[in-house]
Amino acid sequence: MADDPAAAAPVLELDGITMSFDANEVLKGVTLALTAGRVTALLGANGAGKSTLIKVLAGVYPDHGGQIRVAGSPMVMESPMAAARHGIQTVHQRIDETIVPGLTVAENLVFEEIIRGELPAVRSLRRLLPRARQIADILDLGWSNAVLTKDVFELGIADSQLLLLARALGQHPRVLVLDEPTSTLSAAEVERLFALVHRLRDEGVAILYVTHRLSELHEVADEVVVLRDGRIHNRQVRQAGDAPFDMPAVVRSMLGESVVTASHELTEVRGERVAIELRDVRLLSRCEPIDLDLRYGEVTGIVGLIGAGKSELARGIFGAERFRSGTMRLDGQPYAPRHTSEAVRKGIYLVPEDRAAEAMLPGWSLTWTATLPFLASVSRGSMLSTAREGKVGQAMIDDFGVVATGPSQPLDSLSGGNQQKVVVGRWMHGSPRVLLLDEPFRGVDIGARGDISRKAREQSAAGACVVVLSSDVEEIREVADRIVVLVEGEVRLDEYTTEIDNDAIVTSMSEVA
Amino acid sequence: MPEVTRVSTLDRIRDAVVRYGFVAVTVVLFAYFALSEPAFATSSSIFTMLKFAAVTAILGLGVTFTMVVGGLDMSVGSTAGLAVQLAAMTMVFYNLTGPTAVVAVIVGGLVVGLLNAFLIVVCRIPDLLATLGMMFVIQGAKLIPVNGQSVSSGMVLRNGSTAPGKFTPDFLKIDRGFVGPVPLPVVIMLVLVLLSWFVLARTTWGRVMYAIGANPEAARLAGVRVGLYHGLAYVISGLFASVGGLILVSRIGQGDVNAGSSSLLEAIAVALVGTSVLGLAKPNAWGTLVGALLVAIVLTGLTMKGAQYYHQDTAKGLVLLVALLFSFTISRRKVRYTPAT
Repeated sequence: MADDPAAAAPVLELDGITMSFDANEVLKGVTLALTAGRVTALLGANGAGKSTLIKVLAGVYPDHGGQIRVAGSPMVMESPMAAARHGIQTVHQRIDETIVPGLTVAENLVFEEIIRGELPAVRSLRRLLPRARQIADILDLGWSNAVLTKDVFELGIADSQLLLLARALGQHPRVLVLDEPTSTLSAAEVERLFALVHRLRDEGVAILYVTHRLSELHEVADEVVVLRDGRIHNRQVRQAGDAPFDMPAVVRSMLGESVVTASHELTEVRGERVAIELRDVRLLSRCEPIDLDLRYGEVTGIVGLIGAGKSELARGIFGAERFRSGTMRLDGQPYAPRHTSEAVRKGIYLVPEDRAAEAMLPGWSLTWTATLPFLASVSRGSMLSTAREGKVGQAMIDDFGVVATGPSQPLDSLSGGNQQKVVVGRWMHGSPRVLLLDEPFRGVDIGARGDISRKAREQSAAGACVVVLSSDVEEIREVADRIVVLVEGEVRLDEYTTEIDNDAIVTSMSEVA
Repeated sequence: MPEVTRVSTLDRIRDAVVRYGFVAVTVVLFAYFALSEPAFATSSSIFTMLKFAAVTAILGLGVTFTMVVGGLDMSVGSTAGLAVQLAAMTMVFYNLTGPTAVVAVIVGGLVVGLLNAFLIVVCRIPDLLATLGMMFVIQGAKLIPVNGQSVSSGMVLRNGSTAPGKFTPDFLKIDRGFVGPVPLPVVIMLVLVLLSWFVLARTTWGRVMYAIGANPEAARLAGVRVGLYHGLAYVISGLFASVGGLILVSRIGQGDVNAGSSSLLEAIAVALVGTSVLGLAKPNAWGTLVGALLVAIVLTGLTMKGAQYYHQDTAKGLVLLVALLFSFTISRRKVRYTPAT
C-alpha cells in the first residue's frame, strides 16, 4: 500500500494545532498526518496533551488554533457532529461519558442515527433492532435480542467498550481514533481488538491509536509518534519487514530529557509476620472460599482479570464492603471492620480502583484532598490549621514530584498521573500498616508509574504490608515480591516473583474451572 | 519554559463581577432606597430590617448545612411552626415558665432533626423526599393537641374553661429585648452566623460535611463517617429552625396555626442566594446572611414605596433569579470547594 500514491496521501492533516485553557497552553503546535491504511500510535505521558488533541479532533474544542485539513481541504471541526460528517469517529476512554444510561443496548448502538433523526427516538424496537444488529455484527458481537434489549447499564465495562467501538464503526469512518482501547479489556478481547484494527487498516481506514502500553506497539502500529509538552517529538514509520521500533528512543522522548532508568531491578524481599489472615472468605457469590495471608515487609501483587474478585478482596479488607462469608484477623486479633473509618484508624488504607468516582472530590484542591483522611493531624481540637494543611499539600508536591501550580490548585485540573500521585501519596503520609492499591497504574504514564511503585516499595521496606491489585502482569512484576493469581474469586497461584515466569502466570490466569 | 500567559481584561472583569457583583447589588439597592426614602436609612428602620431578616437568616443557615452535605431540608418552615405551637402550648395550656417553653421548643427541633436524619441515613430515603414527607407530617401533627386552633392567652378551651396561662413577659423579651442598642434577635442571628461560618470553614466537621456534599463515596473511602455527619447536618438544621421559630412566636405573641409556613421557601431562597455571594459557588454562612439582608432590604424598601403586598413575592423571586444568574450564567467557573480564606 505504501507504493500507491493515492493511499499515501494523508486523509487527515493537523497543522500547528494549539489549544489553551485559561493561562495553561496544553497544545503548542501539533503537526501530524494520518494516512489511509495506516495505524498511527500516539504515545505520551500523562499531561502531554493526548486527551486534548483527541477532543480537538472529535470537535469538542472548536476554538483551537492551527488548521485541520481533511483530504487536503481545510475544515472546521466546530462540533462532534461536524467531525462525524467528515468521517472522523472517536472511541473515548471514558465509557460513562459516551454511553447513554437508561437506554437499551440497541438504542445505544444506533444512537448516532437517532440524534440525526434517521430513526425514531420513540421506542420502536422493531425498527431499531435490525440496524442495531447490523452494527453489532461488524464486530461479530453475536448479541441476542435479549442482550440488545437490556438496559445498557447491565453490560460490563469491556462489553460497553465494544459497543462504543461498534457504534463508531457503524458510521463507516475514514478516520478512527481509539483512546486507550485496551485499558479495560481482557487478553482475549485485546487479541480480538487487534485483529479488528488490522482488518480496518487493510480496508483503508486511517487509525490513530492512543495508548500507554509500549508492548502493544509492535503488534498494532505502523507508525509511532510521541506527544510531549504539547508538541510531537519522535516519529518512526515502519514498513513490513523493517526493523522494530526503537523503543528506548520512544521512552526517552515520552519522558523528555529527564533521566530514563532502565526498568528497575527488583530485589525480592520476603516478609515474615502475617498482617492480614483471611479464612474461608468468599469473594464472589459463586465461588469456593479462600484462605490468604498478607505479610508485612513484602509487596503482594494480586493479579486477575476483570471480575476475578480483586476489588472485592481489597474493599472487604478496608471495610468498604463485607465479604460474603468468612473471617479476618489483623495481627492475630479478630478483625471485622464495620466501616472504613475503623480500617483507617487501624492504619489500613485503600486507594480505590476508579479515581474519578471514588477518590476525587469535584473542585477540591490538592491540599484538601490530601488531608481529608487525616484531618485530626492538621487540626487542634476540631479546629483546622491552614498552615499545617498547606505543609501537607506542599510535602505531597515535593515528595512525589507532583506537577502543580501549588498546593491550592484544584486536583481535577491536574493530569491523570499527577492526580493519581496525590490520591496514592496521601495515604503514605499516614504511615500505613496495610496499604491496598487497586489498579494504581491505570491511566498513568511510565514516569508516574515508576514513582508510585518506588514509593510503594519504600513503604514495604519500612515494614508495611503493601498489596497491589492489577490485571496487568507486567505492572505487577515491576512492583511485587510475591504474586497471587485470582481467577473467578479463587486463588490459583501464590508464588514469589523470582520463582515464577510470565508464562506460568498467564497460563494460570487463563485456566477457568 | 514559561509561556506567555494572557488573562484578558474581560476575564478579569467577569471574575470581579462574579466575586463582588452581588454584594454591590445589595449596596446599590440600599443606597437607592436610602436616598429616595428618608425614613429608610434611620437606625430604627435598619434594626427593623435586621430583625425582619433574622428569622429567615437563621432558618437559611440550617438549610445551608443541609445543602453543604448535598441535601436540602424542606421541613424547616414547619419545624419553625412546630416551635410556635410548642411554645404557646407550654405557656398557655400548661401555665409553665418562659425558660421551660424555650427548652420544649429546642427539644422539638432536635427531635425533628433526628427523625430526618433517621429517615435519610438509616432508611436511605433521598433527602428532599424524606424532609418533604416530614414537612407535611409536622404541619398536620402539630395541630392535633390544639384541635387546629390558634393558641392565645385567655382562649376558651373545649371543656368551657379558660386557658390558665399566658405568654410570659420574659419570653416576649426574646423578640423585644436588646443588647445595648441592638435588638436581641439580631444578636442571635449574628452569633449563629459566626458559629456556622466557624464550623463550616474552620473545623474538621465542616470540612467533612463539604466532602460529603462533593462526593459521598470518595468521602467514605477516605474513612469519613458519612452517615454520622450527614445526619448531624439535619440535626443542626432542626435546631436552627426551632430557634427561628422561637423568635417568631415571641414576635407574634400567640400560637398562630399558619406561622412558619411561608418561611420555608424564603429560607431555601436565601441559602441559594448565598451560594452566589463572593463567587464561592458553594453554600456558606456569610452568603446566606447577605441573602437574607438583601431580601429584607428589598421588601422594606418596596413597602416604604407603597408597593402592593403581592409585589413582595415577585421581588423575592427576582432576587433569587439574579443570584442564580451570577453563579450559573456569568461565572465560567465550575462549582468550587476550595477555601476563600
